[in-house]
Amino acid sequence: MDKNQQTDRKAALEHYAELVHRFTPKSHLAQGCLRAFWVGGSICMLGQAIADVGASWLKLTTTSSLMLASVVLVFLTALLTGIGIFDKIAQYAGAGTVVPITGFANAMVSPAMEFKPEGWVLGTGARLFTIAGPVLVFGISSSVVVGVLYYFIRW
Amino acid sequence: MPQNRIGERTILFPHAPGILAAAAVVGPKEGKGPFGQAFDLVIDDPMYGQESYEQAEHAIYREACQRCCQKAGIETRDVQALLGGDLLNQIMAASLAARELEVPFLGLYGACSTMSESLILGAILTDGGYASPVICAAGSHFCTAERQYRFPLEYGGQRSLAAQWTVTGTGACLLSGEAETAMAHITGATIGQVVDMGINDASNMGAAMAPAAANTLLRHFQDTGRTPEDYDKIITGDLGQVGSDLLRELLKESGITLTKEKHLDCGLEIFDPKDDIHAGGSGCGCSASVLASHLLPRIHKGEWQRILFMATGALLSPTTSQQGETIPGVAHAVVIEGGK
Amino acid sequence: MLTYIKVFLVGGLLCAIGEALILKTKLTPARILVTYITAGVVLSAVGLYAPLVRFASAGATVPLTGFGHALAQGAISGVQENGLLGAFTGGLSATAGGIAAAIFFGFLAAMFFKPQPKD
Repeated sequence: MDKNQQTDRKAALEHYAELVHRFTPKSHLAQGCLRAFWVGGSICMLGQAIADVGASWLKLTTTSSLMLASVVLVFLTALLTGIGIFDKIAQYAGAGTVVPITGFANAMVSPAMEFKPEGWVLGTGARLFTIAGPVLVFGISSSVVVGVLYYFIRW
Repeated sequence: MPQNRIGERTILFPHAPGILAAAAVVGPKEGKGPFGQAFDLVIDDPMYGQESYEQAEHAIYREACQRCCQKAGIETRDVQALLGGDLLNQIMAASLAARELEVPFLGLYGACSTMSESLILGAILTDGGYASPVICAAGSHFCTAERQYRFPLEYGGQRSLAAQWTVTGTGACLLSGEAETAMAHITGATIGQVVDMGINDASNMGAAMAPAAANTLLRHFQDTGRTPEDYDKIITGDLGQVGSDLLRELLKESGITLTKEKHLDCGLEIFDPKDDIHAGGSGCGCSASVLASHLLPRIHKGEWQRILFMATGALLSPTTSQQGETIPGVAHAVVIEGGK
Repeated sequence: MLTYIKVFLVGGLLCAIGEALILKTKLTPARILVTYITAGVVLSAVGLYAPLVRFASAGATVPLTGFGHALAQGAISGVQENGLLGAFTGGLSATAGGIAAAIFFGFLAAMFFKPQPKD
């Protein structure tokens, strides 16, 4: 391609990108955020309720009761994912179910179920981590960096 | 210059091979759509009694091919070639169906443009006297496409408004060189080039395919000297709402008017409009099953004399998408006419 | 009761920000997960997340940023107790419950359920 052709191509691409922008329906930002807000907030309140039950009935420490809340929410997500309801809630709530620990749990449970026909080892076992694996990789790696820095700096 | 060509990209079939019969087998969601009654078989379980959705997809594929032969009164073993493909990696649905049909098999991949591709090659084989009859088929399955191209079925993600819904179903046509009793004839075709206008959003495939569709249409009109007026319908495969709007706009910019009445997009027609499927249906099975159940019968009945059938494909793989590659599109146009 | 209002507002706000990021940027939900957990680790390390947890409790710990916070605090207390080795053991120890639950329940779900076709 010579220079003229390159500029023509660039102009054509820009023009087409404008057309696509014009004809592609826009998602409603306010509506999406509102839905994410109330569903996500409600999930957190449910977590708080579980933690409060853990603290008062099981006499758990604050940290342990909040951990209990995570575990129970993960269990509920697995159940709702299994019976095919979670994705319907998520379609409505968007980030409202992705951002809480429910999103992490669903990202592990759904491929575990999906890839069962490929076997327990290479299907369920390996694919369990396809979506959630990166979360662990980046989360754990950055926490190790924080720990090492802390060892040397001690802020 | 080869003799059966006009213009730069268009080929003609002097013997106008006939489509003897066509059959479509689809899933329950498609069965609830406007063509529900017209499909040869609507399965009520997308698993179709199998162990996996991949097995179901190939069983549906086989069933459509067999029903197509039955309707034409031809034994499957007399078929001289099966030309077809699907969306699975290594076109496994078509390959596994071919294993059970025990006929000579040429596997094709053109993403969702596969039905046009197979019709063109099938018409060349039959018109040239190399094989007859041949089956041309294309199929897809929502559940296998989701897991391969997107996410597990139970994964909670929001579908964007431009996203399309992969059709579960297979459409098959039986082509023959001896075409006295044919329901329709293939008289010409324009083979499309791959066009990429820099779209990298895999959830907006209509936008990725529209430029290829416009390119092929313009070439076709240029080569043949025809206009949209020479066709009862211009049919596109699965551009969906966004892609259809874009196609008409691109044509308008090139001085061709394609009215909404003249244009029919299979992806926009196949599902019940009440279903929340966003921009429309997609997948190889979309244009193939609409062709078999709706388009060809209307030509057969004489309601339409001549249509241009153009299945459109987005040539992406999850690998290239993740590497940031843009999505090339391709579209092939097939001229289908009524009685000779 | 006030606690629950705070939980709802903070948790909801973190989710609404996530939704805005999904709709307005090229971030997919999978990238949102990664972004949130990493952001949680960083915010926690610089000491900004602990006050949020004290203020909103589950509203700050249930979102994935809270998971990052637990990882970072685990790594830091690991170092305090076991020296450099703690940087490697602390994070996972603190979050073992959530991770093991997700793995185990995921496995269980695969045993008992099949993915449903969508309509």
